[in-house]
Amino acid sequence: MRPTRQIAAVLALLVAALSALAAAAQEGRGPLRIEITEGVIEPLPVAVPDFIAETPEAADYARAVSRVIASDLVGTGLFREIPPEAYISGITSFSAPVRFSDWKAISAQALIVGAARLGDDGRLEVKFRLFDVFAGAPLGEGLRFSAAPGSWRRIAHKVADAVYARITGESGYFDSRVVFVSESGPKGDRRKRLAIMDYDGANLAFLTDDSTLVMAPRFSPDGDRVLYTSFETGFPQVFLLDIATGARRSLEIPAEAMSFAPRFAPDGETVLLSLQKNGNTDIYRTTVSGGRLQRLTSSPSIETAPSFSPDGRRIVFESDRSGSQQLYVMDADGGEAVRISFGKGRYGTPVWSPRGDLIAFTKQANGRFHIGVMRTDGSEERLLTASFLDEGPTWSPNGRVIMFTRESRGVDGTRALYSVDITGRNLRRVPTEQGASDPAWSPLQQ
Amino acid sequence: MKLHSKALLIAASLVLGACADPGRFGGPGAAGGGPGIGGTAADPASAAYFRQTVGDRVLFAVDQHVLSPEAMAVLDAQARWLLDNPEYAAIIEGHADERGTSAYNLALSGRRANSVIEYLIGRGVAPERLRALPLGKERPIALCSEESCYAQNRRAVTVLRAGGLS
Repeated sequence: MRPTRQIAAVLALLVAALSALAAAAQEGRGPLRIEITEGVIEPLPVAVPDFIAETPEAADYARAVSRVIASDLVGTGLFREIPPEAYISGITSFSAPVRFSDWKAISAQALIVGAARLGDDGRLEVKFRLFDVFAGAPLGEGLRFSAAPGSWRRIAHKVADAVYARITGESGYFDSRVVFVSESGPKGDRRKRLAIMDYDGANLAFLTDDSTLVMAPRFSPDGDRVLYTSFETGFPQVFLLDIATGARRSLEIPAEAMSFAPRFAPDGETVLLSLQKNGNTDIYRTTVSGGRLQRLTSSPSIETAPSFSPDGRRIVFESDRSGSQQLYVMDADGGEAVRISFGKGRYGTPVWSPRGDLIAFTKQANGRFHIGVMRTDGSEERLLTASFLDEGPTWSPNGRVIMFTRESRGVDGTRALYSVDITGRNLRRVPTEQGASDPAWSPLQQ
Repeated sequence: MKLHSKALLIAASLVLGACADPGRFGGPGAAGGGPGIGGTAADPASAAYFRQTVGDRVLFAVDQHVLSPEAMAVLDAQARWLLDNPEYAAIIEGHADERGTSAYNLALSGRRANSVIEYLIGRGVAPERLRALPLGKERPIALCSEESCYAQNRRAVTVLRAGGLS
């Protein structure tokens, strides 16, 4: 359950001399570069020929790893894959010189060459090189990863993250997971359980059974624990769950209060949550280890959905103190809050970007729901989606993609997870077998 | 006879306490009166009578928790019934329609449940007999995505518990 520790990324010196590599990489920066911020209209063509199996047992892994890498890259909307049928020359050996003219002829700009083998210790080893075809040179050094064969998908995601980082200059987001609420049953009697999966929907596992309602899971900064709201006691209450062991317990909250909408602070110890007493909902801060409850807001209105800035110094939250749901920012220990949302409509579920530059939110206006982003002072609001009901954004680890819940209308309405770039492009459904809601995206795994 | 039926009610409430509570918010038979208690609507002291004749729910306007005159009339009747039937306690379930974000609707539904509780207390019902349960938009009773359904879902339902709240 914790492949993190099993993966060792090893820098491997490959064929070419270091100095030559570095020089080539410098030159390669010219054409092979995607500026994400500008929004990519024309995806960059990449060739991902099947990885070479260096031991016979590694053949299935070799092919599967290259497929996942291609899927990761194409899924960003920033790349398109050159179909293998178009290849002029194949890759028959990891170390053989690449015939760049053959790849240039089919317009591949990036080429990923890799190999897989099962070592004597039973571990799967995967190495790869990224080539800038037009520069006719490698882009960055070759890398080698090894892990238990069962973690082959993580290896593939690591390779794809490295490729993404070299070409975009930003860290990737593929070796990450999503915790969410898996839903079944009719609309009037939904069964819900916590589930976790890879960011692309693979490796689904359930964390709770469906005997009680659960809501809004949130990752710890290390991705090893989850805070969520459960009706296990009959009333909403915040619980802490250890992903590896499945152990869970409620936070220590006075019995007369109901608690929900939890969120970790960057320190992994401090927790923000909403408490409801006598019908009034306010934001409190406490710790996972039973620290003192500190009240951060005190007004007769609804204050909920708090989220820390990545430096832990400020909190964005929603309140209807003005008469309708709007977004506010206050210091981490409370104090006066500044309203930041002023557009027409209602704003809720604000989440601070891991880069610190933007706040994602749900907006309700003219009978439609939107996922949007704004700067942390509320300026430059941009709506990324529109539908009958979109809500609950969560950020990819690199702050470039947002995942959220989309619900379809009507008696048979169901919920599903979607993702969209912060440019508003590349709207995709995240594959889940059953209904799904309330996604929370983990940090990049180590 | 009276004693006998009371003993039965307490037994039923123990069963409820043991397993039916989580079931109500995740299991089968979510909405409406509690399973296991009821009797027939012909008996004015029965939970079925409370549901069908007194009226177990009040409705709210969009994004509101203020009680309408119609709601107050229903709650006046609920309060009288609760004063006449002191062996019952009540969970006040608050609900919201689907046109809102999840956490906000949970908070809003708690506010609605609390409006009902404050009103019933104002009519003399002991506070320890009442407890709010916010359910947000988790348990709609009308499933269409039209105002006609939303109006039914913006509700607070008084769910009787025999034997008190533990």
